[in-house]
Amino acid sequence: MAHQPMILRILSDRKAAMILGILLVGAFLVPVLNLLVPEGSALHMPSYIVTLMGKYLTYALLAISVDLVWGYCGILSLGHGAFFALGGYAMGMYMMRRIGDRGVYGNPELPDFMVFLNWQELPWYWYGFDNFGFALLMVVLAPGLLAFVFGWFAFRSRVTGVYLSIITQAMTYALLLAFFRNDMGFGGNNGLTDFKDIIGFNLQSDGMRATLFSLSALAVVGGYLVCRFIVDSRLGRVIIAIRDGESRTRFLGYRVEYYKLFVFTVSAVLAGIAGALYVPQVGIINPSEFSPANSIEIVIWVALGGRGTLVGPIIGALAVNYAKTYFTGALPEAWLFMLGGLFIVATLFLPKGIVGTQAILDAFERQRLRLAKFLRPHEYAGEGEGR
Amino acid sequence: MSKPNTSDTILYLDGVSVSFDGFKALNNLSLYIMKGELRAIIGPNGAGKTTMMDVITGKTRPDTGIVQFDGGIDLTELDEAAIANLGIGRKFQKPTVFENHTVFDNLELALAGGRRPHQSLFFRISAEQMDRIDAVLNTISLTSQRNDQAGSLSHGQKQWLEIGMLLMQDPDLLLVDEPVAGMTDAETETTAHLLKSIAQTRSVVVVEHDMVFVRALDCRVNVLHEGSVLAEGSLEVVQNNEQVIEVYLGR
Repeated sequence: MAHQPMILRILSDRKAAMILGILLVGAFLVPVLNLLVPEGSALHMPSYIVTLMGKYLTYALLAISVDLVWGYCGILSLGHGAFFALGGYAMGMYMMRRIGDRGVYGNPELPDFMVFLNWQELPWYWYGFDNFGFALLMVVLAPGLLAFVFGWFAFRSRVTGVYLSIITQAMTYALLLAFFRNDMGFGGNNGLTDFKDIIGFNLQSDGMRATLFSLSALAVVGGYLVCRFIVDSRLGRVIIAIRDGESRTRFLGYRVEYYKLFVFTVSAVLAGIAGALYVPQVGIINPSEFSPANSIEIVIWVALGGRGTLVGPIIGALAVNYAKTYFTGALPEAWLFMLGGLFIVATLFLPKGIVGTQAILDAFERQRLRLAKFLRPHEYAGEGEGR
Repeated sequence: MSKPNTSDTILYLDGVSVSFDGFKALNNLSLYIMKGELRAIIGPNGAGKTTMMDVITGKTRPDTGIVQFDGGIDLTELDEAAIANLGIGRKFQKPTVFENHTVFDNLELALAGGRRPHQSLFFRISAEQMDRIDAVLNTISLTSQRNDQAGSLSHGQKQWLEIGMLLMQDPDLLLVDEPVAGMTDAETETTAHLLKSIAQTRSVVVVEHDMVFVRALDCRVNVLHEGSVLAEGSLEVVQNNEQVIEVYLGR
């Protein structure tokens, strides 16, 4: 097969080109609509929407990371929320240190919860988190290292299928319990909050919120490109082969555990970056992010969007979370049933998800054509009724 | 058969036993395959043929016995991937091609070369390798199906594709498990031709039930029964062996 540069491959893939295009345009347009368009104008974008969309985008990145391991390599991780939360905690710790003496207790060295618990000095694992570069390193290292060590043992022992799913679930649950403990030094069940700024920029300011939104959009694009590079390479074909016939792949001479370890670690790092972008936008990180239900929800986004497509999970994450925001407001008691129902519908009727289902694509194509005819009627003049 | 000199063998199994929960799948099995030899293994169901393949390819560890490759490499210490990279290719009983990959991609995956993740990540196929794939496509008569999904191939074509994948691995020893199961007569004949031409440059061990096919291979035959070798020789000799007749025709 002729080898094309990645940019050409993506441009010839209409779905991917469109989603990435929207994200790139959004990354620049949304801050403009929010910051430069005056508040009274119809085009003004309120700040709360900017932050909400930014939050959704971090979920989209998280969904891509799960798609890489589940959709392509067949590793159904029910613990990816843990990597997301670890990235979030690393960022949260940095922002906690940044508070300094602006906290309620005014202690320049210790975060409020430590003063409250009568701690005398900063635990060693909080060292360095006052440095932004170090915190960013930890955002990548903490989830990456956990995934590497966990994967090393799990994949080398050839734990697969539902057993692997169960131990990933156990992993995130164990972390949930650990982070709930006050003496762990991560704020117990209240977690970390009351953040003030990142490298001097006030988190409550519109400019910072718009910046975080843009960074989230760009992170989704970046995450997509990294995953796309991986799945388009020979390594991508190997992991699909592992998904479809693990022992056959071994007999071809591939060390399956190394490949799984590689994608699992890359995926965890992406999830950690998503978490680090999420926490400053929602303003809090607490142990509930480790809850097993969260990790299962990610899988639903991916399943609904279409696994093994990279684009589908972006759409799935955005659609489900928009629905969640809407319905938890409009019909709060019904939402969990709807979420469960969505998973059943996706499994029974949309095994390939939104992106992989031809009927949905056809309907989408019809709408696109209608729009095109509306916008450029002269080009379609010969085709009769041009509605 | 007397023990040959190890250095002349491509595969040397001596006194190999494997038991599962007390059931002896292999019982003091000894088998010697010479370099460049084509060998057929026959035997009734449960004779231990597949277990023997599993032992050679590292899927199953023997309880006792010697398993050596290419005149002295101990296979019992290695895992599947290491053994495959040493130069032992295996074709399974059920055709196991990667159904979601194209025919071309299946062959490319099997292509001999770097197997480490970073090598795969930055792999670019060379013109030489393309030529090899095309040559193999031609050998297994799948040139026109090059870009089809492997899942869409017929049963016989999948078997050939799998043999093609073995060739791409460029092994010194091919282990072929029931290659003609479910094939038409014409396909069976083509497959026999294919394996014989492959055996001109490599050692091949074929496990098969189909006597017509084994006759067409025209090679030395081992009969396996209850985990050990019952008889060895040409097909005619073996077929006239009293014990073999008893095993096959029932007691």
